[in-house]
Amino acid sequence: MELTRNPFIKNALKSRYPQLAVFIVMLVGYVFAILAGLIGTPVGSHNFSIVFVWIAWWAILILVAVPFFGRGWCAVCPIPLPGEWLQRGAVLTPPDKKPKWLNLRWPKALRNIWLQNISFLLLALFSSVLLTTPNITAIVLAAMLFAAIGLSTIFERRSFCRYLCPVGGFIGLYSQTAPIELRIKEKQVCVTCDGKPCYNGSANGYGCPWDVFPGGLTKNTYCGLCMECIRTCPHDNIAINLRPFSADLSKPSTRMDEAFKAFIMFGSAMIYAGVLLGPWGALKDAAYNVGTSAWFMYVIIFLGMIFIILPGLFSFSLSLSPNPSPAGRGVGVRVFASLATALLPLGLMFWVAFSLSFVLTNATYIFVSLSDPLGLGWNLFGTANTAWQPMLTSILAPAQTLALVGGLIWSARTAQKAAGEVKVSSIPVIIYCFIATLAMLWLLL
Amino acid sequence: MAFAPFPVRPVTPQERTFRIEAGQFSYTPSELSVNPGDTITIELVSTDVVHGLYVDGYDISVEADPGQTATLTFLADKPGSFRFRCNVTCGAMHPFMIGKLSVGQNEWFYRSIGLSIIATIGSIGYLMFPRLLPLITAH
Repeated sequence: MELTRNPFIKNALKSRYPQLAVFIVMLVGYVFAILAGLIGTPVGSHNFSIVFVWIAWWAILILVAVPFFGRGWCAVCPIPLPGEWLQRGAVLTPPDKKPKWLNLRWPKALRNIWLQNISFLLLALFSSVLLTTPNITAIVLAAMLFAAIGLSTIFERRSFCRYLCPVGGFIGLYSQTAPIELRIKEKQVCVTCDGKPCYNGSANGYGCPWDVFPGGLTKNTYCGLCMECIRTCPHDNIAINLRPFSADLSKPSTRMDEAFKAFIMFGSAMIYAGVLLGPWGALKDAAYNVGTSAWFMYVIIFLGMIFIILPGLFSFSLSLSPNPSPAGRGVGVRVFASLATALLPLGLMFWVAFSLSFVLTNATYIFVSLSDPLGLGWNLFGTANTAWQPMLTSILAPAQTLALVGGLIWSARTAQKAAGEVKVSSIPVIIYCFIATLAMLWLLL
Repeated sequence: MAFAPFPVRPVTPQERTFRIEAGQFSYTPSELSVNPGDTITIELVSTDVVHGLYVDGYDISVEADPGQTATLTFLADKPGSFRFRCNVTCGAMHPFMIGKLSVGQNEWFYRSIGLSIIATIGSIGYLMFPRLLPLITAH
């Protein structure tokens, strides 16, 4: 169903002002989170930077934005804005053709999401400190903002979002499961279109900031839903469509960077469930005390789990398939990467189940922080003294079961489609997903 | 399997006392296992700063000052697995200072396993059905 047939939606997306209004609110919130982290209370659960970034924003991102809107967050994310404004030399006015700054192409060897995998892992390894220490959160938020600005002055378009953002990598991957997409209406219109203004820009707007030619879009992964192509297309050939969940996954990726992103997210959710939500104090100590020998052990186990154990078991399970590699010896890269696509729905549901527990337990801190964002004793809205109380604990276990078992079924169906594409059996992948689900159930329930 | 009534082993309710040491950011012991109907007394001893212990599902709590013992007594009348967690801001990792109380069998966990098995068998069955159908119809 094409949403942009609705004139209200279409006009709201074509105009820059509604998006700009949201951008400005987000940018103010982002800068305030940095300031709160630097000058507010060091008590994380009473500091705006921790509460609004890691509880409120995270809840919205994982429980709503990614599952239902895909890259919807990227459409309003404030991180690339200052750099983009600097790069363009404008906020709203149509671009001139003279490139500002260096405007280099991103290096070909790095046109993949390996750097995003690394940047996510870097944050993940320090996550216990990052999630709980306001000034560390502030430094990371500021570093991302300045990295985006710096890259905008060197490279063309949104290089930070496309190749470096630690969050953008997994949002892109999981956005394939979302029931919303930006696509062209008629391919032939794009083929014959002069100048390709959706990619190169025109007087009506900028060329795709995500370095994507909309005419070739078949998946959500790298479309940031910035809406520029809707503004620049002279043929009204761009649509926002509602579609079935996970429509993109019927065309599995064969890229190893994306396959390993799936394992990184899959494994991280399991490790966090054990370390952060489990009853094992030694694990929490190891994850928190950065630089100690226990932390180095934690790093080795974390990376070993993600890069060796999980993909190794996956590869082993594929090798048990009657026909593991139609092309040759062993489990081929194409088979491995294609079937890793099946981990996406379950991985997303792992994060949903993990986040439900974390967010519902700590949601009351949002009310406290709203009234006293810096922890300085303010009471702006009369909610500063709200007593801590876990929310909806009675529905937590059923909701987590629903998410995990639903994710298992969803992944099994995806595995069947992916296996059909590469002509192997999906049963080993289904059993792999089943065992991983049992592990996650054990960790969470 | 997932919805069948669980066999309940009859047990005589007991009074049980646990001494739990709370220190940044863990409980020792961090896992308690009791039977439904037991009367539980938790003696919470804080070894560093002020810590609390809040039991999810039971909605009860206790706080202990450093070096002091605080006592919480309650009837474990709800079966299942419950997290207990610190409810007094005690430092950076406070939100993750968590323990686990098991009251009888963790029925929900076993039922979830049952659902997962059904989902897996169903998914594989869905996959195999087109191949099995000719065999079934041939007989």
